[in-house]
Amino acid sequence: MADLGRAALIVTFGLVLWATFAGAWAARLGRRRLADSAANALLAAFVSTGIASVVLLGALVRHDFSFTYVADHTSTRLARAYSVSAFWGGQEGSLLLWLLVLCGYAGAAVLLNRRRAPDVVAWTVPVLGAVASFFAFLLVAVASPFATQTAPAQGSGLNPSLQNPYMLAHPPLLYLGYVGLTVPFAFGMGALLAGRADERWIVATRRWTLVAWTALGVGQLLGAHWAYVEVGWGGFYAWDPVENAALMPWLAATAFLHSVMIQEKRGMLKVWNMLLILLAFGLSLFGTFLTRSGVVNSIHSFTQSSIGPWFLGFICVVVAGSLALIFYRLPLLRSKTRLESLVSREATFLYNNLLLVAFCLTVLWGVAFPMLSEAVRGEPRTLAGPYYNFFLRTFGLPLLLLMGIGPLVAWRRSSLAAVGRTFVWPFAVSVVVGIVLIAAGAGSSTAGLLAYTFSAFVLASIVLEFVRGTRAAGSLLHLVSRNRRRYGGYVVHAAIVLLAIGIAGSAYGSTREAKLLPGQSMRVGGYELTYRALGDTRTAAALERRAEVDVARSGDRVATVFPGKNAYIAEQQTSNEMAIYTNWWRAEDVDVIADQMDPKTGVVYFKVLVKPLVNFLWIGGVVFLFGSLIALWPDAREQRRLVARYALAQS
Amino acid sequence: MTVALVLAGLLAAACVVLVALPFLREPSPRVDALPSPGELAQRQLELIEERDRSLAALKELEFDHRTGKITDADYRAVVGDYRRRAAVALRALEPRLEEHPKRVRARD
Repeated sequence: MADLGRAALIVTFGLVLWATFAGAWAARLGRRRLADSAANALLAAFVSTGIASVVLLGALVRHDFSFTYVADHTSTRLARAYSVSAFWGGQEGSLLLWLLVLCGYAGAAVLLNRRRAPDVVAWTVPVLGAVASFFAFLLVAVASPFATQTAPAQGSGLNPSLQNPYMLAHPPLLYLGYVGLTVPFAFGMGALLAGRADERWIVATRRWTLVAWTALGVGQLLGAHWAYVEVGWGGFYAWDPVENAALMPWLAATAFLHSVMIQEKRGMLKVWNMLLILLAFGLSLFGTFLTRSGVVNSIHSFTQSSIGPWFLGFICVVVAGSLALIFYRLPLLRSKTRLESLVSREATFLYNNLLLVAFCLTVLWGVAFPMLSEAVRGEPRTLAGPYYNFFLRTFGLPLLLLMGIGPLVAWRRSSLAAVGRTFVWPFAVSVVVGIVLIAAGAGSSTAGLLAYTFSAFVLASIVLEFVRGTRAAGSLLHLVSRNRRRYGGYVVHAAIVLLAIGIAGSAYGSTREAKLLPGQSMRVGGYELTYRALGDTRTAAALERRAEVDVARSGDRVATVFPGKNAYIAEQQTSNEMAIYTNWWRAEDVDVIADQMDPKTGVVYFKVLVKPLVNFLWIGGVVFLFGSLIALWPDAREQRRLVARYALAQS
Repeated sequence: MTVALVLAGLLAAACVVLVALPFLREPSPRVDALPSPGELAQRQLELIEERDRSLAALKELEFDHRTGKITDADYRAVVGDYRRRAAVALRALEPRLEEHPKRVRARD
């Protein structure tokens, strides 16, 4: 069956090449049938890539070790679900997933828009085809998932840290996000190639951008939770280059989602929006390059491979070509309106954009610095957590405050009297919260205190927006259903506040380490932990060694937890299995890590972390998804209005 | 090997048919030009977008005024300009707007 997979990928490569060259030719000469043929090629490419994917999935599930990829990433001991997730657990499989998602997105986006904006779509097809051609080329010529060998008796298995339920959803969601950014990029470039400066490319891609952004956001949060429960170091984000690789395009896409509203509402920032979508797409390619080239050391990245130079070359071509096109079309992108006041909604969006892009570029510098320092000095120098945390505070706190200010300020201009009137309640709430926090001892961390005070301000401004809006609209349902993007956006803002609360909580955490014998205890953050015993359990996949630990508070036992390690048999690797006790009343976690366990003496080296408010992160994730779904929910009235708009334009 | 090659051949043939479908369906069409708005239609589209933008802004302004986000003075200072912009776009589109319902009725 490997032959079928290989052949299907060759067919895909031929199809996407056709979509690129025939599509460009058709758009250049204005040939309708040829343009339709190129668009059909993208649909057909989705089918053929789907067949290649089914072949690989079948081999993974059957444990067909004659496929080198299957032997390298699974074993017969591996559970069925993780055999499926091994599809994206290795380099070749994840590239195939990239191509599959891209062809799916491309086919659907072109199908849904080719009647509404045929001239723009005609140029979008070759752009999508060119991106797909690059990935199809890699899969056919450089990193094929269908390489075969004489089947060994057993496979190498899957990295133990990837054997986690989160790994079933986290990578595909990140791919939906990374790849999804190709659609707005391709439509933006398609509009420029077609010489169209109208808003159709934005209307066509609004939901695609939101879907990609939501998937990237939820994917990162799932990844953070995976790191928290599985990697076993008690944290959820380590500023790892590969984690940053997903954060950067999300930040750029967040800036784009905001600035595109200014273009829709005021006809401004057309060049900026093109640059932002190029930045978001370029960073999604850069992220894929980081993960797959092996140029950075990360627990998430694949080993050193030959695809790095190809990726770097492709990124250079994309960035240089797109910048040249934007420059060439500058006369088309001139705005007719200007920013009228520095105290207006669009001004707050602009400040938000500048902060988001500045933070994004700061993270990019931190990620690229080891590579640059190695190129210049011959040895890589890494910028660690303090560098990123400094800029998170520098840009993140003003961003948080702006989320509260923005909704209170009107479009075009707001007088100081109006601003003063709308700010009264949120300001009063934040001052009261600040005073209460100082009295409660939260002043030990200035950044934490500011984060919580600003969070109170933002939440109060959101509640005020809902209350005033509901009064004006008559009912909450009516208000939200008539303005889904706006109120869905406010719910997302509330989610970001919850995330900020969770992140800022780490400033108030406690950590203690101790070497204990059975029966001995340790105290940390108001909890008493008593180590009871050490035991082993053998499962089909691993030897599981666990320490039994009682957790008590105020003299009462509240839980028994079992931290330890798993020694995986096929993979010959060990993983940390941290134990977590969640105290919902106090909104904090007690994380217990057991290390250096000696089965002869029973001595265990424990590390215990008390993490206040960390669960706000995961609650924030659910609220984030809920808000995004509100914003994404189709609005029949808007659809009818757009249909009427384009029917009138084409009549 | 043989089964795989046969399946691959079938896949390739099906893809070729799908790609050639526009030519198979219309071997010699009367018009093979890509529908593309000319300069006039493009201008029309920009006017419609300007009209929609101004009308949406007016609606939003009314809403902000009702919710107390802008003062009466701010409202009066801005509303005139939005109305003027919407009126300019509507006036420029007038002949087209009059024609459009007739065309829709004719199609019915």
